[in-house]
Amino acid sequence: MVCGNSALTGSARLAALLLLAVTVLAGRPDPAAADESQLFTLIEAEQFEFRATNGEGTVSWDAQGWIGGDYDKIWLKTQGDDLRDGPVRNAEIQVLYSRTIAAFWDLQVGGRYDVKPDPSRGFAVLGIQGLAPYFFEVDAAAFISDEGDVSGRIEAEYELLLTQRLIAKPSAELNAAIQDVEELGIGSGLSEVELSVRLRYEIVRELAPYLGVSWERKVGPTADFARRQGADVGDLTFVSGVRFWF
Amino acid sequence: MLLWALVGATAPALADEYSLVIDETKVNITGRERTAMAINDAVPGPALRWREGEEVTLHVANRLSEPTSIHWHGVIVPNTMDGVPGISFEHIRPGETFTYRFTVKQSGTYWYHSHSGLQEQAGVYSPLIIDPAKPEPFRYDREYVVMLSDWTDENPNRVLAKLKKQSGYYNFNKPTVVDFFRDVGRTSWRATLSDRLAWGRMRMDPTDIADVTGSTYTFLVNGQPPKANWTALFTPRERVRLRFINAASMTYFDIRIPGLKMEVVQADGQDVEPVVVDELRIAVSETYDVIVEPRENQAYTMFAEAMDRSGYARGTLAPRSGMSAPIPALRPRPIRTMADMGMADMDHGMHEMQQDAKAQEKEAPVPGMDHEAMGLGQADAMPGMSSGEEPMVMHGPDAHGRGNSMVVMMPRSRIHEPGAGLEHTGTRVLVYTDLRARESGYDRRKPEREIELHLTGNMDRYIWGIDGKRYAESEPIRLRYNERLRVILVNDTMMEHPLHLHGMWMELDNGNGEHNPRKFTINVKPGERLAFNMTADALGAWPFHCHLGYHMAAGMMVHVVVSEDGAEAH
Repeated sequence: MVCGNSALTGSARLAALLLLAVTVLAGRPDPAAADESQLFTLIEAEQFEFRATNGEGTVSWDAQGWIGGDYDKIWLKTQGDDLRDGPVRNAEIQVLYSRTIAAFWDLQVGGRYDVKPDPSRGFAVLGIQGLAPYFFEVDAAAFISDEGDVSGRIEAEYELLLTQRLIAKPSAELNAAIQDVEELGIGSGLSEVELSVRLRYEIVRELAPYLGVSWERKVGPTADFARRQGADVGDLTFVSGVRFWF
Repeated sequence: MLLWALVGATAPALADEYSLVIDETKVNITGRERTAMAINDAVPGPALRWREGEEVTLHVANRLSEPTSIHWHGVIVPNTMDGVPGISFEHIRPGETFTYRFTVKQSGTYWYHSHSGLQEQAGVYSPLIIDPAKPEPFRYDREYVVMLSDWTDENPNRVLAKLKKQSGYYNFNKPTVVDFFRDVGRTSWRATLSDRLAWGRMRMDPTDIADVTGSTYTFLVNGQPPKANWTALFTPRERVRLRFINAASMTYFDIRIPGLKMEVVQADGQDVEPVVVDELRIAVSETYDVIVEPRENQAYTMFAEAMDRSGYARGTLAPRSGMSAPIPALRPRPIRTMADMGMADMDHGMHEMQQDAKAQEKEAPVPGMDHEAMGLGQADAMPGMSSGEEPMVMHGPDAHGRGNSMVVMMPRSRIHEPGAGLEHTGTRVLVYTDLRARESGYDRRKPEREIELHLTGNMDRYIWGIDGKRYAESEPIRLRYNERLRVILVNDTMMEHPLHLHGMWMELDNGNGEHNPRKFTINVKPGERLAFNMTADALGAWPFHCHLGYHMAAGMMVHVVVSEDGAEAH
């Protein structure tokens, strides 16, 4: 999915980080040889989908995974999209150390690397992920780029069971920045909003095709940047894809 | 001999030396061939029959590619013969044989199983019957072992991994939008909404009755799925003793035999005053002996419904082989209520919940409710509590940390309750307060000390523990040899937990005083507070754990160390 020189560099960095993580975690002493010190792994493509906008098609993904024990994990998160048969427009990858700090909450620290858009950027990440009251899945993170720019993102999701296997998942994502980052077209304040809902059918828990609709909009100075460059500030797209994990 | 034929036993009866081989074997329970782990190539393994007073020698050979162990469940044995890896011995390495040798000092219905990883779920379990030295205080004409269990075609380690990733993986009865509107129709918008909000605020699922369900399990009677219809023969008017053993990893069963009353004569291998019931719930790892007296020349269905109603195990009592009786329909699934969450009132919805929330914020510690070193007599009983029932007390300020996702505000005694889904059967269901030991006063001393343990868990992450700690994080509970103590268990989770103590008996305080029943497993209901007395009469390190296989694997275990002085070194 991700190609190009910068992507390769990114992948190499990522591989090195993961290898380090696995080595560190697996090398921990095994207290009392109890089962609960076992390591587990999850790889989950929450979204892997085709998006149709104005006759243009893009493939977009939002995936995550972890390896670790009950309280300490290495998380991997990636999201992005590309034009069908075209260049990758956005691609980011995060590697985080995650520690459970309360029954429902994990504190996560690590790095993020944006392969695209150009110019690529590295970020330090500090985030919190967990389950809020009323079953809202929340992932909030602050990012500081290698240029010193500060931004943040909060995502919230909810699962609404229509039946045991037919599940609607509304989600919201807000992006904000502290300062303008003109070369990336980001303005200060709230920069981008995405609201979506996906309706999936779980053939098995691990595999669920879905249909959905997503509404994205750049707002504030970010929208002004986009208008000046003659780009769209908002899109309503229909999506179809498959959610899977193992 | 009929018994042995039926349970597929191969061990020589009444011999004093036994050879057991733990190996992989092919089984076909669901129509697909799977590899089980088995004792002497059978699931369940061979029923062992010992005699009280006998010195038994057991050679257990490990032909698996991983370490194994055998634990004699409910049997009081010397510490090094208890068979728990890492606590009573190292383990039995692949290719090695370990010899157990001890004198049998009790009688009744027990079982034996692997205590390594999830091997018990994979098939390493088997009945163990000990004949008494003296005649038993009841009469019967024939007997059968009825061993209940749960089988999955999946690798048990994968089941655990799935639960860690998605704790509701096997629950296909979660609350849906359809249920919401059905409930609105039955009650009102307001009541339904406040109910959903109450559960949502706690991030708990009221449909969570069993973590692993009939969606992967096939429920077995003596290794046979329901359609195989395991059958026990009788001649009308005979008294038939049924030795029920729950060898399931995760499944509580509700047992009844439509058309017959069951006279309960033993619980956990111990004689109790006979109680006649229509139905009994058997917690994981418990045993109950009942006598039935079929009078008609007809078949009777032995029906063991899984507590979450996701399936059943079934056998038949019949005068001739090849007969069957109607199979009852599965009854409605139970659902957790605010009572299970330790809320004072389950019908007041959101208003009550908000008040509870405020109460929780304040969390004023109730005097004497400190978990550690709680002195005797400090817990003031609330008015109206009958004897034997633990007083209702406010939960203290300790929420047990990240390993625990809820605390029960007002844990209370539930030993007189039949349990989830059995409240309104209109029939006689066995309850813990029915169990009155025939023997009395094993140790008449008053407890010198009280220990309070909270059963905790984080369902969302599938972490289980005691006092918020998984086994690996826990400190041993240190006891002085021969000290008499009272242990209070508080269930801060919304699941039932069958707590099993190795090496020593627990005398469940159910209000029968000197006739309190001795048990090897005590079921603790959601939101419940109960107590047992015990005498620390066995030196060494002994596990105390939840017998739900995946709860134990996820950390719900501590170990008790009994030493001469009760101090660090042991």
